Amino acid sequence: MGSSLDYLHSYPPEPSSLIPLLQRTQERFGYLPREVLEEIANYLGVPLSRVYGVATFYAQFRFEPLGKYVVKVCHGTACHVNGAVNIAQALTEELGIEEGQTTKDGLVTLERVACLGCCSLAPVIMINEKVFGKLTPDKVRKLIRKLKEGKLDV
Amino acid sequence: MSEVKAIAVGMNSCGIAAGARETYEAIKAELEKRGINIPLKIVGCVGMCYREPLVDVITEDEIITYGHVDPKKVPRIIEEHVINGKPVEEWIVKRDWWENGERKTWDVDGYFAKQKKIVLENSGYIDPENIDEYIAVGGYEALKKALKMDPEEIIEVITKSGLRGRGGAGFPTGLKWKFTREAPGDEKYVICNADEGDPGAFMDRNVLEGDPHRVIEGMIIGAYAIGATKGFIYVRAEYPLAIRRLKIALQQARERGFLGENILGSGFSFDIVIKEGAGAFVCGEETALIASIEGKRGMPRPRPPYPAQKGLFGKPTNINNVETWANVPWIIRHGPEAYAALGTEKSKGTKVFALSGKIKHGGNVEVPMGITLREILYEIGGGTKTGKRIKAVQLGGPSGGCIPEELFDTPVDYESVNATGAIMGSGGMVVMDEDTCMVDVARFFLDFTVKESCGKCTFCRLGTKRMWEILDKFTRGEATEEDLEKLERLAYQVKAGSLCGLGQTAPNPVLTTLRYFREEYIEHINGRCPAKVCKPLIRYVIDPEKCTGCTACAIFCPANAISGERLKTHFIDQEACIKCGTCYEVCRFNAIEILTGREE
Repeated sequence: MGSSLDYLHSYPPEPSSLIPLLQRTQERFGYLPREVLEEIANYLGVPLSRVYGVATFYAQFRFEPLGKYVVKVCHGTACHVNGAVNIAQALTEELGIEEGQTTKDGLVTLERVACLGCCSLAPVIMINEKVFGKLTPDKVRKLIRKLKEGKLDV
Repeated sequence: MSEVKAIAVGMNSCGIAAGARETYEAIKAELEKRGINIPLKIVGCVGMCYREPLVDVITEDEIITYGHVDPKKVPRIIEEHVINGKPVEEWIVKRDWWENGERKTWDVDGYFAKQKKIVLENSGYIDPENIDEYIAVGGYEALKKALKMDPEEIIEVITKSGLRGRGGAGFPTGLKWKFTREAPGDEKYVICNADEGDPGAFMDRNVLEGDPHRVIEGMIIGAYAIGATKGFIYVRAEYPLAIRRLKIALQQARERGFLGENILGSGFSFDIVIKEGAGAFVCGEETALIASIEGKRGMPRPRPPYPAQKGLFGKPTNINNVETWANVPWIIRHGPEAYAALGTEKSKGTKVFALSGKIKHGGNVEVPMGITLREILYEIGGGTKTGKRIKAVQLGGPSGGCIPEELFDTPVDYESVNATGAIMGSGGMVVMDEDTCMVDVARFFLDFTVKESCGKCTFCRLGTKRMWEILDKFTRGEATEEDLEKLERLAYQVKAGSLCGLGQTAPNPVLTTLRYFREEYIEHINGRCPAKVCKPLIRYVIDPEKCTGCTACAIFCPANAISGERLKTHFIDQEACIKCGTCYEVCRFNAIEILTGREE
């Protein structure tokens, strides 16, 4: 992993670099591998416990690899009053996993997010970077079936 | 009819989500195909999110905006309007023209008639990735003017304008700047709080994506007035487009000498860096935000000392939110009197709101302070998209509350909104109709707070969890009168026993729904959910009078809970039904009914 950590030195070795470094690491690996966290702790001269303390505090950070597709279910207020609960239920049924989990084949991770800021399209989900709005449980099931068949352009 | 000068597509996150990128590509292809050589550009969001994707056709003296422009509509717009000079009347949603140098706007919904644009004046009109377009509409003029003024004089102008913090609390901005200026210390900082975390709020995102230079200019002026040398924009990582456009804008501002060493030859040096949030709502609280920039867990600390005395890295720090900074250049350019002429006695200027939920015209609106909620909801928002009665409006997100219809004549100013038990908040305005269950809404917000509490204060960490459990009992029909009292008592204890705004305001959604919709709580004790939302209290049945036996519900039911022969009445097995609502959605004969309580 050594050579892939070349970015470490582009950050000043001070505690305030910790969060940007964690973000960069997750961008690179898709999650935060323990070995890299150790490297970061060494580089910044802070205890590993501090690195973990910060990493586990923020919702953005993950400690396991993600699925190929990340499905984010918006639970913002606008989505909630427009039926996000039914959308989430349809997704968990169709994928056979709960929010926060990844399918066994590593294809899909289902995440819960507080608000995607596309409130005028509520209820919405985001698959990787693409937003799908004005959904119904039935539409969402069809989306997931297409995704599984590799027929969804995201 | 004058010649078409340019075509613009609204390309903020909301527009892109609605398909603006496909529309942009379709226009580009169509122009190329026909060999038409006019500029195609991007602009931010004009606020009409409900009509996106939006396309502007720009001529010398007017802008004509088309709504819901999918790629299929493109060839006709190009053919009739761009080539033949005849606008496609039935697709026009907005027109802008100029009278004596002032922009006038008409729109098909009356959406803009009561709006007053200051913060959003350029949003949807300029290319946010091009500094020249910002400069062309007077951008950075305020900075030039400010650099010739004394710092104290600038603070005086801001104080006189009556501008108050738009993040929600409404602290006078001029006073805040004065405290930081007067605090001893050779190094000072300014921070822009762009950690817009309230679910249902997207005002700041639109400003950052649509007019980023405005925020940067405000910050430079503020830094000069305060004596700060470095600035930070703390923006949530969930806003990648805002971050990208901010980075472009900062780079352009540096190239033009508006940022960096010796700004415009004034001797004043200042630069701004972007810090990405990492998904913690509590970081919207200023001391937690500071801890996060320092690389720590984002946990609030007691105040005083206030950041003005001891902020980032222990130095005097001034924090304002996006909308507050975005007001600054306008105030400097037009003078404090012009700003203070808008609004009410104690709340001056305008406020941006994000209208969403069951509203017909959902989007960003900017209104003068003092306008009533009713005017915003009905005259601008157009009522509900369902045609049903608006039951309540939720203001201020998880820290705010639900205001019932009988209080819709409340004017929008800090004091009047606070008196209802809600708060002005940052500007999220979520509309609820008869199909919204207020107990469910209260539980929804508590669910959010439970997840976002940083855990430092016991009342916030455990109290909100216990409140959630009681609310959950209500939604399952298992609560008693005693639970109602317990819930109320706990709400006041959490308010009193929490250190920061998150815990102190977390009970507001519960307290306001208890105050205005108590009968809904009582109904839940009696096993009924009047809005028919709480799943344990409802059941789906088929009306034999209306059922045609078309089999659609049985085909779509994911639980195989519906049986019946073709062309004969169908039947839902209550044991197998998971209450997902699919049958209700697919039935074309309105034969599916939702019952609650003892309804037959």
